[in-house]
Amino acid sequence: MSKYSAVFGDSTANQPRTSRTRFIREIARDRKALFGLVVLSFFGFLAIFGQWISPHDPNAMQFDMLQPPSLAFPLGTDDLGRDLLSRVIHGTQISLFVGVSTVAIALFFGLALGLLAGYYGGWIDFIIMRYIDLQWAFPNFIIAVYLVAVFGAGLLNIIIAISLAFLDDFARIARSMVLTIKHEQYVDAARVTGAADTRILWRHILPNSVAPIIVQATVSVSYAILGEASLSFLGLGVEADTPTWGLILADGRSFISRAWWLGLFPGVAIMLTVLSINFLGDGLRDYLDVRDVKDV
Amino acid sequence: MAGYLIRRTLGAFLVMFVVATLVFFMLRLVPGDPIAAMLADVGDPDAIDEIRAKLGLDQPMYVQYGKWLSLAAQGDLGNSIYGSRVPVSQLIAEALPRTLSLALLSFVIATLIAIPAGLIAATRKNTGLDYSVTFVAFLGLSMPDFWLAILLIIVFAANLHWLPAIGYVPLSEGFWPWFSHLILPSIAVGTAFSAIVARMIRSSMLEVLNADYMQVARSKGLSEMTLILRHAFPNALIPVITVIGIAFALLMSGTVVVENVFAIKGLGRLLIQSILNRDYPVVQGSILVVSAIFVFSNLLVDVLYTVVDPRIRYQS
Repeated sequence: MSKYSAVFGDSTANQPRTSRTRFIREIARDRKALFGLVVLSFFGFLAIFGQWISPHDPNAMQFDMLQPPSLAFPLGTDDLGRDLLSRVIHGTQISLFVGVSTVAIALFFGLALGLLAGYYGGWIDFIIMRYIDLQWAFPNFIIAVYLVAVFGAGLLNIIIAISLAFLDDFARIARSMVLTIKHEQYVDAARVTGAADTRILWRHILPNSVAPIIVQATVSVSYAILGEASLSFLGLGVEADTPTWGLILADGRSFISRAWWLGLFPGVAIMLTVLSINFLGDGLRDYLDVRDVKDV
Repeated sequence: MAGYLIRRTLGAFLVMFVVATLVFFMLRLVPGDPIAAMLADVGDPDAIDEIRAKLGLDQPMYVQYGKWLSLAAQGDLGNSIYGSRVPVSQLIAEALPRTLSLALLSFVIATLIAIPAGLIAATRKNTGLDYSVTFVAFLGLSMPDFWLAILLIIVFAANLHWLPAIGYVPLSEGFWPWFSHLILPSIAVGTAFSAIVARMIRSSMLEVLNADYMQVARSKGLSEMTLILRHAFPNALIPVITVIGIAFALLMSGTVVVENVFAIKGLGRLLIQSILNRDYPVVQGSILVVSAIFVFSNLLVDVLYTVVDPRIRYQS
């Protein structure tokens, strides 16, 4: 065989491995992204194993109220004598769960809407896009507040509200990707060989539009976490006895002039999580060479 | 140009109509009848029926809808269900100047920080200064605004006692009282906005600095200052204006949260308090007004964009 087939054969055989090592190498070189990955893994670890490592029951009241940080209570205690460190650790679970689950739901339904609109066009596209345009006119957080006004507070409701609020971002990206890819030759080729619409969508169009979606999803997780924290802080989030970062800050607000630790540490946890996701997102944006992802 | 403006304006009104319709029906279609929840405290079923009739709630939905819509278009948004049943329009009229003061001041402070920061980062690309600006911008984007508000209160109000911790004083009672109450909230609201605008100015400047016409200007022997401020910066601003449209939305959602930290009785606090109290007429009214602010400021940014960039005018 000619040298070309050997070259091509080689490169395709090695592609997955080389691209994976390239990914690891680039992330390791990009110090921001590496920091993001390490911090995020740490919080992920806390979220999964938190209930075994947290020193106290997050809702157990000790007799030491408003204690400053000490060996027994590394981050201090709140006005009811509950250990702040344990509460912040438990808060990790809810924050990450809400962040990931809302984006997963928004991603699934947003992709479905965007793919449908872009692929079929016509009146399906018209109806879906008018809805997306309507939502696009408002910031995600405001939409989430509106929806909570309708559904009421509570964990399940804010997950629904935040997911719906992020729907339009994914639908838009998916639709525009379909529109650019739809008339590529390999899609025509697939159609000629008799592939069904669903197969073309899932096997040919989706894999080719995955890069901007990954970046958008990463950025969205950080906004979802901020959104949940803000809603909880305003009293529109989870039930009052659940320790979440936003709620811990809201509870501590009246005592911050005497107990600065109540105002500081839960916020540091939110900031570090969001910062590391943003760093990671920025690294992915460079690595996957994606621009034009909505930043708000 | 005129056609484009008319189309955009009609579109804005259409969006407001759809929002009004959604607000009306969604609050009535939710499970658990909000009206019943609203009247639960009354107890006596006869009294409940009487109140329902008085509020027109015994009429068919479409009659209520038509009535509500025509009253809303005339600025009558109903009354709060609590206390002395203050008209919603009056509550909003009291809240609006506070929110606008806060948003405006945040905008000014944030822009005053973002422009020099972005310019410095772009002209000193890949130096320590550039990295610091980028890092601070990342921090600003990652800090929840309500937490930044709490930190500012801890430092400047609770410990240093330089500025008041909460409340609002109207401008009519003097500039300093007004300004001193608003400066901490404005910083809390404006930081994320400032971070986005600074990053945008940086990347937009970097693009412009590499353009051919900059080479020409440079070869004419213009000073670096003239180059940057007269030639590069105005051109770099064009893409920034669209982002300001998006970022303004961020500013407004920031006021919603931050007003609640500083106990400023603005629109955001009105919205959140009415949701918490299930005061549905006030919820409806404040959602409508907050939405109108978004829709018409988006419209304004679009119009501004066509004025600044002639290419868009000629295309449409």
